[in-house]
Amino acid sequence: MKRFLPLLVLLLGALYLGSSLLPTRSASAYDLDAFGKLPVLANGRVKPLDSVARNSLLLLQGRQSFKTPSGESLTPTRWLLDVFFRPEIADTYQHFEIVHPDLLDLFTLKPEDGAGKKRFSYHQLETHLAEVDRQASLAESVEGPARNAYQRAVLNLRDHVILYQQLKHSLVMPDGSDFLGTLTYLQEHAAAAVDAVRAREDKKPHDEKLAAFTMEVGGDFLRMSQIGNLLAIPPLSGADSKTGWQKTGQALLETFHTGSVNPYALTYAGLAHAWTQQNPEPFNTILRLYRAELEKSFPTLLKKTDVEAAFNAAAPFYNSMSLYVLAFLLAVFSWLKWPVVLQKSAFYLVLLAWVATTAGIITRMWLEGRPPVTNLYSSALFVGWGSVGLCLILERIFKNGIGSVAAGLVGFCTLLIAHHLALTGDTLEMMRAVLDSNFWLATHVVVVTTGYAATFLSGFLAIVYIVRGVFTRSLDKATADALVRMVYGIVCFATLFSLVGTILGGIWADQSWGRFWGWDPKENGALIIVIWNAIILHARWGGLVRQRGLMALAVFGNIVTSWSWFGVNMLGVGLHSYGFMDAAFWWLIAFVASQLVLIALANLPAEKWRSAQPLAR
Amino acid sequence: MRDTWDSFVKFFVSLKLTVSLLALSIILIFAATLDQVHLGIWAVQEKYFRTFIVLWPVKGFPVPVFPGGYFIGGLLLVNLVAAHAYRFTLSWKKAGIFLTHAGLILLLVGELLTGLWQQEYQLRLDQGQTRNYSESSRDNELAIIDATDPQWDEVVAIPEKRLAAGEPIQVARLPFRVVVNAYYPNATVQMRDQLPNAPAAPATRDIGARLALIAMAPTYKENERNLPAATIELFGPEGSLGTWLVSTMLIEPQTFDYAGKTWRLALRFKRNYQPYSITLEKFSHDRYTGTDIPKNFSSKIHLRSDDGKTDRDVLIYMNNPLRYDGLTFYQQSFANNDQTSILQVVHNPSWLLPYIACLMMGLGLVVQFSIHLFGFFAKRRRAASI
Repeated sequence: MKRFLPLLVLLLGALYLGSSLLPTRSASAYDLDAFGKLPVLANGRVKPLDSVARNSLLLLQGRQSFKTPSGESLTPTRWLLDVFFRPEIADTYQHFEIVHPDLLDLFTLKPEDGAGKKRFSYHQLETHLAEVDRQASLAESVEGPARNAYQRAVLNLRDHVILYQQLKHSLVMPDGSDFLGTLTYLQEHAAAAVDAVRAREDKKPHDEKLAAFTMEVGGDFLRMSQIGNLLAIPPLSGADSKTGWQKTGQALLETFHTGSVNPYALTYAGLAHAWTQQNPEPFNTILRLYRAELEKSFPTLLKKTDVEAAFNAAAPFYNSMSLYVLAFLLAVFSWLKWPVVLQKSAFYLVLLAWVATTAGIITRMWLEGRPPVTNLYSSALFVGWGSVGLCLILERIFKNGIGSVAAGLVGFCTLLIAHHLALTGDTLEMMRAVLDSNFWLATHVVVVTTGYAATFLSGFLAIVYIVRGVFTRSLDKATADALVRMVYGIVCFATLFSLVGTILGGIWADQSWGRFWGWDPKENGALIIVIWNAIILHARWGGLVRQRGLMALAVFGNIVTSWSWFGVNMLGVGLHSYGFMDAAFWWLIAFVASQLVLIALANLPAEKWRSAQPLAR
Repeated sequence: MRDTWDSFVKFFVSLKLTVSLLALSIILIFAATLDQVHLGIWAVQEKYFRTFIVLWPVKGFPVPVFPGGYFIGGLLLVNLVAAHAYRFTLSWKKAGIFLTHAGLILLLVGELLTGLWQQEYQLRLDQGQTRNYSESSRDNELAIIDATDPQWDEVVAIPEKRLAAGEPIQVARLPFRVVVNAYYPNATVQMRDQLPNAPAAPATRDIGARLALIAMAPTYKENERNLPAATIELFGPEGSLGTWLVSTMLIEPQTFDYAGKTWRLALRFKRNYQPYSITLEKFSHDRYTGTDIPKNFSSKIHLRSDDGKTDRDVLIYMNNPLRYDGLTFYQQSFANNDQTSILQVVHNPSWLLPYIACLMMGLGLVVQFSIHLFGFFAKRRRAASI
């Protein structure tokens, strides 16, 4: 029976991952999935509304799940539909996260007034928005790195309120009027409407009512084109280029030139009507027809947005996190009992999670048309992926569970970091001009990130050595020797990749800025990693350190790498400071402190180690 | 004596020295990175890397606190070369190590040469404008121009350093002596009549009589440059011709007549004339649809050499510079509502060295670690077969 445990674990893990790929059977009468798959252009790329909904929720409240005040759970798409089409209800949704107490005072709100003691609705904020605006412009006059927590919170909230307003104005005019009725009326009287306004301006006899109506809807369209942020209207020509996409407001303003209302804008007005009436039948019919129309002109584009929506739902990175934790636990238990069976099970789980993250990374690459690492978020994914890949190789060679433990640990940590980095919104960003070079992204960035991954891995393997040695009796001589070989091998690998990656970065800089080396913080960080790895190797070759010294040095490599990866970005200077985050600062300090403790443990006198006897044997 | 020599040699070839120097370099780089928040990148380079000793001001007095970049780098180089010379044995097993370290030496030498030889200029062009010179991004010069002949100018350029030294300047081609009355490394000028209680005019001739000069602290920020100014007095055989205020803020040169010739006077960014001219035909700044995120900057330029052998259009854009006649032209920046393109012009004869060094080091490490790896696998196979 025990023999089949690994296979059983593999099967269950695969089922767990596979279940997320299946289409969700929703209880709703509305075809929410189809709506979520509709393409819009935002932040420079075409994406499904599902992504818009998820990213907006992440920005506003730091998570994708949402509950209405009455306690009903809404999917992101369902939430977005209310923001678009039932703003009077969405205004009561508590989705603005405010944690800074001074900011709450500004609204005379208490934490108890909010959902989860930190989320508030537009209604609750509405009356004090002018003051937020004033505070935000005060905060804006302070330079980025010098802003304090309150100033950052004010600016964040201001941006979030703007984002909410932008969404509300993206598809229809959010004033509660019958937008579909307005548009159909305009459609019937377009030519006459333009004539009436012209005549009025020329002070000639005209249809007073029609002219007034036209002026009013014109004003509404202008407002929508100014405030709305989604380019939701595809080019009528059907051209597969990004330039033809328009905001709904822009497309509607063109009515006064062309004499006919843009059919896609009418479609969205129709959806709005059906949604406000809560009438699923026309809603689904319009969606089906619109989809069929889009299929004719944009088949390749729809393939991408469909895959992205499915990718969002599958959440391969999020699901892999639980697999990594499980693998870690199984591998640790394998050192106490059932080594062969549990180690095999852990190995299978790691493999499964690694395959899932591989698929996720490849999907992202395909969606973006870019090499794997393009920003801090994707670097976290890639560091995890690279480390776990190396762990799989180690586990294949050594078969002692250590590879799986390290894989579980690194895999989980990096995905957790990635999860938090994703809170800043869309992680599939467009590349700024200087970074817009697939060749260098594929070489320098990938190689240097692999170097980070390997340096981290050697550090985590050293942690396994220290923790097992100090706290357990399980570190015998054979295991210790194996760990030394692993750490040494991985440090060699790390040296190669971080060195070549860093020099390649210099060459890229020479190509784009005219200097090979500029002592920029990020460059210095990478250089320090290279030098640190060189120190480890030379100290070992020169016999300056032995087993425990090597491990202590490798753990310090974690500090060096985390500094280069995140620390330098917190300085807020230099050409590479593209990912400034301050909440992470305390985490970084905590991490560094924990590593220092581990180094201190490594330097305990040998007889204080619980594994002192097994090691001596 | 022999013992002393032995321990001397042992010290310089030891791995202990290598490791210590590497550790010191990490501390140096880390401190320099942190200091960038306060100092800016240029000052940091001077303070930490292009120096033998890092000085730290204690109560206004500079106190040596740490070995600088030249010291550590130089000693590392000595250590590296000495160790290899001392232990050198020709064997395939060492090929990787040897190649890696030879690459490292080349990289360090290359950086030293770059530090010595590299010069950076800027070429600022409005659309349609043609220029045959670029301007230094850091250095300035006092240009005294004999503009009598409308066909050409004869220029005497005095480097800023000599102005700062403050000694009288006499040049055979000039019929007057130049005396620097005052020099300001960074200053701004303003019309006196626009300033309430303006200070006395710094000069007697030309625009200087109507300007007020306000000295400022030198800046070290990466995206700012110092704008020096000076008051100079010219002396002919018959005595003073008057004082002029020269400042890099004054774009137009000041003109005066003396000894039957027309002279122009300007403190300007140091110029590097080239035997070819560059015309900016079009600057483009593309953004991603519906956003302000820049997608691409590019300058379409026309390159025409004085000897008539080159006459062609070139597109310079991000990551795609123009290399011509020992200079490299990069798209650096833009200004003036996308009407002006700013190209960075770099002269660096040793630019190829890092490329070669990278190749050598990468290859060396691959060879060395492959030897280790195959050795490891062979050992395991032997162990398994026993």
